[in-house]
Amino acid sequence: MSGARRPGGGRIDRNRPLCFSFDGRTLSGFAGDTLASALLANGVDVVGRSFKYHRPRGVFAAGAEEPNAVVQLEIGAYLSPNRVATEIELYEGLVAHSVNAWPSLGFDLYAINDRLSRLLPAGFYYKTFMWPHWHLFEGTIRKAAGLGAAPTQPDPDRYEHRHAHCDVLVIGGGQAGISAARDAAQSGARVMLVEASSELGGRALWAGDAINVDQTENLTILTRTTAFGYYDHNLVAAVEDCSSGVAKERLWKIRAKQVVIATGAIERPLVFPGNDVPGVMLASAVQRYAHGFGVAAGKRVALFGNNDGLFDYATAFEAAGIEIAAILDTRRGEEVIGVKGRKRVRAVQTSRGEIACDLLAVSGGWSPVVHLFSQSGGSISFCDKRQMFVPDKAVQQVRCVGAANGDFDLNTQPWQSRAKGKAFVDLANDVTAADVMLAARENYASVEHLKRYTTLGMGPDQGKTSNVNGLMLMGDATGRTPDAVGTTRFRPPYTPISFGVISGARVGNLMRPRKFLPAHGWHQTLGAVFEDYGWQRPDAYPQAGESLGEAAIREARAVRTSAGLFDASPLGKIEVWGSDAARFLDFIYVGTMSTLNPGRIRYGLMLDENGVIIDDGVAIRLAEDRFLLHTTSGGAERIAAMLDEWLQCEFSGWDVRVLDCTLQWGTVTLSGPNAIEVATALGLPVEALPHMHFRADQLGNVPVRVARVSYTGEATLEISVPARYVKSLLETAAAIAGVTPFGVLALDLLRTEKGYVHVGADTDGMTTPGDIGLGRAIAKKTSDFVGRRSLLRPACAREDRLQLVGLESANALPIGAHIMEGSNAPCPSGGFVTSTCISPTLGRPIALARIREGRARLGETVKLFDLGQIFEAKIVAPCFLDPDGRRLHD
Amino acid sequence: MLNIECPHCGARPEHEFRCGGDAHVVRPPLSASGETWAEYLFGHDNPKGDQTERWCHSFGCGLWFNVIRDTVSHEIRAVYPITAQRPEQAA
Repeated sequence: MSGARRPGGGRIDRNRPLCFSFDGRTLSGFAGDTLASALLANGVDVVGRSFKYHRPRGVFAAGAEEPNAVVQLEIGAYLSPNRVATEIELYEGLVAHSVNAWPSLGFDLYAINDRLSRLLPAGFYYKTFMWPHWHLFEGTIRKAAGLGAAPTQPDPDRYEHRHAHCDVLVIGGGQAGISAARDAAQSGARVMLVEASSELGGRALWAGDAINVDQTENLTILTRTTAFGYYDHNLVAAVEDCSSGVAKERLWKIRAKQVVIATGAIERPLVFPGNDVPGVMLASAVQRYAHGFGVAAGKRVALFGNNDGLFDYATAFEAAGIEIAAILDTRRGEEVIGVKGRKRVRAVQTSRGEIACDLLAVSGGWSPVVHLFSQSGGSISFCDKRQMFVPDKAVQQVRCVGAANGDFDLNTQPWQSRAKGKAFVDLANDVTAADVMLAARENYASVEHLKRYTTLGMGPDQGKTSNVNGLMLMGDATGRTPDAVGTTRFRPPYTPISFGVISGARVGNLMRPRKFLPAHGWHQTLGAVFEDYGWQRPDAYPQAGESLGEAAIREARAVRTSAGLFDASPLGKIEVWGSDAARFLDFIYVGTMSTLNPGRIRYGLMLDENGVIIDDGVAIRLAEDRFLLHTTSGGAERIAAMLDEWLQCEFSGWDVRVLDCTLQWGTVTLSGPNAIEVATALGLPVEALPHMHFRADQLGNVPVRVARVSYTGEATLEISVPARYVKSLLETAAAIAGVTPFGVLALDLLRTEKGYVHVGADTDGMTTPGDIGLGRAIAKKTSDFVGRRSLLRPACAREDRLQLVGLESANALPIGAHIMEGSNAPCPSGGFVTSTCISPTLGRPIALARIREGRARLGETVKLFDLGQIFEAKIVAPCFLDPDGRRLHD
Repeated sequence: MLNIECPHCGARPEHEFRCGGDAHVVRPPLSASGETWAEYLFGHDNPKGDQTERWCHSFGCGLWFNVIRDTVSHEIRAVYPITAQRPEQAA
């Protein structure tokens, strides 16, 4: 126990004590503390165990670069894993737990890994756990190596998204950022200044004079806001911590004309044996804890570094009441060659002999925070004189200022330890200097390979303190300059962000807008069970004691024997008109629509340019120059957009207009042997309307469009009325004797009995018209259409393609069951089942399938395989009921 | 996320738009050879630098238009009508 609260100093509010708990221990801190500063003030040395060797880890830094103090924040539904203690503002009742320790922080069984470390070099997993398969070992290894656990309950917190625009966005509220923001605001520009911590001032808050700046009309200041991503066209994403408000966090998407990056610099550690023992800290962190939080991180400090900053630190530490044991400057040939102590530094072994101390403050130079600049596409280059990567060329409207631009001079000299012992490069991932050397020897010399082979720079801290040291070591081992080694690509996010804030309000019921039928309420009163098919649609209307499947069978039988009533409002309805409309539709459909007479209806397939079926439906000719296309329910918006694309991009001179009126018209389907009678009772004189004919009519003052087409195999009328009349039409029709409402499940049974394809279920991204038996008519058509040239490819004419057929079997076949092309599994697949049911009309299992050369194999018995089960079925024509279509016309 | 200047609506964020791929692709006639048709379906330029592509303001006015975009910097160098030729531009 070495850290302690100083009697005075710091920017904490000593009148506001706060209680919190760490690993079950109740501790106290003050308002203004971070969890890390409060832990240090309570004398907590070990805050976690390391990733691989499970060595004790103490607080190392004071900002986002912290590699060690990763904790689980809170419990239950509020659990938030992988949080960095240096970035958590202390609040009353905070609960945190350490990670990577089992069974406890003080006694960690996995610490045996440390003794075995010679057997666990870089790339160990890749070399050892590959036989027979990595997944066999993965669970155990992940448990040993994991960084905490994810919460298992839904996140009860609320999150928000906000968009903002400004002339100048300044990232970082230190000295450089404040003056850039002030200058820009004075020129009249709209300015936003975002600062990650709770106060503006940056380093000046603990290492100089604080500066103030006030929010004005054209200067918006956001504190507790971390810019984590820099995207194209100057879009910067930032997360605001607003725990005190209604939302927990707010995601800002800020589009700026100019961006000023003033994110400062991060101090680098030095790599030497024992540099991971708790009590070894960045010198800048010791200074920040002392002067920012009134916490002495130790009683007696040894300073170790390679630059002029050491002497300023010595002055600052002394002022904070920390005794100076030694100042070791590598430029004078002084160095630390080992550290004594395991859970806390007891002494350091140096070139000058052993020095007793409980704190070792290290300064290995500085790394400008170039992450966001690099994300913006800007290049970075290595400055030999100052031993750091600095921003070079920008590609967006962005500039770096202050320490982020490397605007300081510390007279830093590169230094590398030659002492023996475990010297850590990456504390977060337990990567040692020896691991980097091993990677170099095994020719993982590229910095991207180095990262993946050793895990250097991975994890929540993304190597903020380790990357530059790692690549300098690699440079040394391979005789290259740091510039030649280069850095890995900087990618968002700069610091970890929560899934919650990415989702924002779009969770649960707000995940995406739900589409309801115009008569949704009416379906509810009938007890409909709904499912999301893009629209909330009734699956069936179960009666008391009836299951969903039983209801669907009853409804389907009612359609076959009397009349069914179906809400088909989502049916795609696209009007196409103009003097070139017929010619245009000839190009869009596989079939010819220009020869259709007004008042007539024709079935049509639509393809993409690969010749693959993308939609089917009917075209109705309303007048010489006007058509109404019925598309699949799911395809309406997509097909309307596709028609528009062809017209705007390819046929811009043609006189054609397209209007998707799916939402304006609702559709009620009457189907069954009594459907025509029911329509007549409704006041629609349709007795003389033959199959595939259309008539426009009126019910009172309400326009009605009646199309006689069928997807059930029975005589069917699709009656479209303006959407607001759907409910009253349904109500009126349902009141007529012998009319049964039916849902999507019954419709699927009915169309499967008839072998009517469901595009997307019976077809996929490879299916051509010929594959579903609709290829014969194409040859007669004279004009080109979308995808036609692709159908002329030899592959489309092959007889061994998967062709649509029916299957009859003793037992119901599962969808996706594969036709076996051998007597025993495993064997090649000869196609698969696409639709299946027990036919309510025939009372036996039927299925549709796409089978290799299927049409030539009618009558053949095949074996099918699904999830270890084997079935037998007979190949038949893909129509199980009324193949002549008499029911359609009666 | 790109900021795209719709000729009709002005600058809007990328998620209001749909990218339709290469611009100025000429659709071959039905009589085209297999090679020509395959090139139309699957051949795409992948330049480092300026690329022409067509975009639709699908969650806005619905207009299709052409764009010249630098594939390195993602800078949009020109926006012009769908029926227009690729404009001359300074290198």
